[in-house]
Amino acid sequence: MALLDIRQRSGYLFLAVVLGQIILISAQVNSHTGVPVLEAVAFGVFAEIQRATSAVVSGVRHGWSGYIGLRGVRAENDTLKRDLAAAQIQLQAQRALADRSRGLEQMLQLRDRSNLSTTAAEIIADSATPDFRTMTIDKGTRDGLRSDMAVLAPSGIVGRIVVPSARAAKVQLLIDRNAAAGALIERSRAQGVVVGGGDYRLRMEYVSEVSDVIVGDLVVTSGIDGIFPKGFVIGQVESVEKNGGAYKRIVVKPAVDFRSLENVLVVLTPTPAREAGQAAPPEQPGRPASGGSE
Amino acid sequence: MKTAGVILAITLALALQTTLARFVIRGTVAVDLVLVVVIYVALTSGPVTGLLSGTLAGLVQDALSSGVIGIGGLAKTIVGFLAGIIGTQFIVAQPLPRFVVFFGATVLHALVFIGLYVLLDLRQFPSPVPAVTGQAVGNAIVGVIAFHLVELLPGAVERRRAARSRIRR
Repeated sequence: MALLDIRQRSGYLFLAVVLGQIILISAQVNSHTGVPVLEAVAFGVFAEIQRATSAVVSGVRHGWSGYIGLRGVRAENDTLKRDLAAAQIQLQAQRALADRSRGLEQMLQLRDRSNLSTTAAEIIADSATPDFRTMTIDKGTRDGLRSDMAVLAPSGIVGRIVVPSARAAKVQLLIDRNAAAGALIERSRAQGVVVGGGDYRLRMEYVSEVSDVIVGDLVVTSGIDGIFPKGFVIGQVESVEKNGGAYKRIVVKPAVDFRSLENVLVVLTPTPAREAGQAAPPEQPGRPASGGSE
Repeated sequence: MKTAGVILAITLALALQTTLARFVIRGTVAVDLVLVVVIYVALTSGPVTGLLSGTLAGLVQDALSSGVIGIGGLAKTIVGFLAGIIGTQFIVAQPLPRFVVFFGATVLHALVFIGLYVLLDLRQFPSPVPAVTGQAVGNAIVGVIAFHLVELLPGAVERRRAARSRIRR
């Protein structure tokens, strides 16, 4: 009898909890009004736990590495890595500038946008569930970060900021199933949209069947999405198949190795599209949001 | 005391999932540590604790994942409840039955999670079978090892037997 009572009570409780969550899901699916409050609050609170855990783990890791030795060599290596990263970013910026200089846009309206204002951030956590490709960085709104700011690595595009809190921000990686970026084939200028597949490969969609795309072509950002600056490397075409329809089926290997990312750069300079959409950008505490020259 | 222990275990699992996993397996997260904790708690503490810990863990995980809040919660609630029932109705004391329970629970979790997302047309999961199978095997191995490690602690088996007899009564 007692066993029956427990089972009945747990059954009712199970039904109540399931019903509550179905109502919760329904409420969210029907309304698309930005980030849910629960998500923002939970992220803000948990980001601090992640920060603390990351600090402890990093402390132990760094302490152990330092104890083993080669401290001087490691410091030198870090400096060289930073220099190399800065040089690679500069190279990409120069490539973007050279690319633009070939177009009509520069002939009509010469605008120097190569001086991207960025801030470096350290990755303090990965996504809480394997089904989403996000990560948490140690910079937030206090450092001038806002939603939809582009996140880069020296080798290419990483993703965009989706939930910034005061001292941390959640970054949606380009390989997430819900991520996308305007893209073009650098060689033939064929345009399309690069979308994440949930694994470590990207798909380039909406590229016309008659477009000139071959394996090995470099895929760069087109800048039309208003998030990612134009001309930055996304990846390389790994395979091209005829779909039978109006578009090609293109698989892109990302330039960034998402498995070994430790530091990233957040672009503070607004893209021309975002700038056009923001007549009066809100003031951020800390550094200015715009650092590009007009 | 038990509630605090469960909350602590879930928090630790979340922190490990988001922090340590990156350093240990370089981003290829094939194990859902939070799900492992929920199944473990359900098997050792019964359906009520299992479903409540599943609800709590799933909702927190949803809130941290940019997904729809409630889908992961619902999936983990169902898994926690059913794993709790299995834990009270069957003897799950050997590695093989434990492996089967962890494997089956992970597959069920993926079915509910992916099913709801596809049903609501919120995300697409092209060819999810290899990923789900990999995660189920990973979770099962971690779960069996976790059981083994906890049982190495002094007096752990006796405490578990006592807890189980309390549930049955």
